[in-house]
Amino acid sequence: MNIYNKGPVFLGIVIFLALALFPFYNNFGKTNKKPDPKTDTPEIIEYEKLNGKKECVEPKAFMRGEHMVLLNDWRDGVVRDAYRGYISKANGKRFNMSIQNGCMKCHSSKKKFCDECHNYLAVKPFCWDCHIQPKEKEEAKS
Amino acid sequence: MKALVSLIAVLLLALIAYAGASVPGMRLLFGVVIPYAAFIIFVVGMVVRILKWASSPVPFRIPTTTGQQKSLPWIKHSIIESPSNGLGVIARMALEVLFFRSLFRNLKTQVGDGKQVTYGEAKWLWAAGLAFHWSFLFILVRHMRFFIEQVPAAIIMIEGLDSFLQIGAPLFYMTDAVILASVTYLFIRRIGIPQVKYISLIADYFPLFLILGIAVSGVWMRYFTKTDIVSVKILAMGLISFNPSVPETIGVMFFVHLFLLSVLFVYFPLSKLVHMAGVFMSPTRNLANNSRMKRHVNPWNYPVHVHTYEQYENDFREKMKGAGLPVEKE
Repeated sequence: MNIYNKGPVFLGIVIFLALALFPFYNNFGKTNKKPDPKTDTPEIIEYEKLNGKKECVEPKAFMRGEHMVLLNDWRDGVVRDAYRGYISKANGKRFNMSIQNGCMKCHSSKKKFCDECHNYLAVKPFCWDCHIQPKEKEEAKS
Repeated sequence: MKALVSLIAVLLLALIAYAGASVPGMRLLFGVVIPYAAFIIFVVGMVVRILKWASSPVPFRIPTTTGQQKSLPWIKHSIIESPSNGLGVIARMALEVLFFRSLFRNLKTQVGDGKQVTYGEAKWLWAAGLAFHWSFLFILVRHMRFFIEQVPAAIIMIEGLDSFLQIGAPLFYMTDAVILASVTYLFIRRIGIPQVKYISLIADYFPLFLILGIAVSGVWMRYFTKTDIVSVKILAMGLISFNPSVPETIGVMFFVHLFLLSVLFVYFPLSKLVHMAGVFMSPTRNLANNSRMKRHVNPWNYPVHVHTYEQYENDFREKMKGAGLPVEKE
């Protein structure tokens, strides 16, 4: 096979390969860390001691996929309708719809819980555009 | 009919992935083996197609121009419409690739009231095509967050731009709506305009439905039945570091998305979609209009025995003089 205009043709092929194979050589020789959101804050351990199990507002599988939808609904409920009571679909308990006084009470380390997955996937939730970000005080204790 | 066949083909492919990934033992096939095979076929196929095109000689300059070529200094030269050098070609090509300039000139031919032929503007195809290709590029770049461990700021910025309306959670991406709308328009255009419908083939409908299927399954996973994207990234990172594992928590819809994408990868170099490479190799676009400045020799010319007039005269000078014919040299 006789290739004409070798210069531009091979330049084009090299650019194509460089783009197509970018993920492979970019990651070459790196060890990839999996995210590991920690649910072992002192508050959660305390809760487990009192109740015999770890539990969130809803089951883990639901929270994993839908927590952002839940939080968004909570925000709309609180801000627009002044409605603060959330009845868990899983266990019928009533929860206070609040991120700072609800979620972050147990998940007291944003860095070890929220940021683990969010940073892994470059997700930038806008919770802290309005809310005051909790201080990472737990690190010294634990 | 052709549209229906294509739709059924795509639905069948989606069903294969859906049923296949529901069987636990098949997840490795749909999550690892098929994507690897598809990617190899894509990369090798594209290179082979490019080399095949490059093996055809382009002996003459055949750019289609719509402007004044470079000529005398007092005649205004249209640098981009009729480029005379490589720089002009690059500018022309960039406008073609990035903004589909030649499609922008698309006209609608009609017979007007007075039975004359009239030409009108027809920008919808250009607008929808541009919207489709750009949103596809944005979506592709956005997906790079699954393939880079420390996601670079540039990709985060593009994602932020795409979701800056801050609608809902997870944030709504504008390109998701744009790609669905534009692909739908491109399909409606094919079946809505009789002339276009007449020339449309299965090869035209199938990629539209395939891309629509990929987009719908992606949208479905983001906004409706959420898939565990942490596991998806673990799978993606495993694939690119040749150490693949398929986490249990990945939903079946993801495998539909991945399988349709794999089909697209395989289909790409074998079909009209290869215009991604082809646009760069179009002789009517990528050649400078310099036929009058440079001599282009046909590479398959075989040596022709030439007998010039000078040689002829040398052979017959005396006889010509004798017959009273004028000669150039005495």
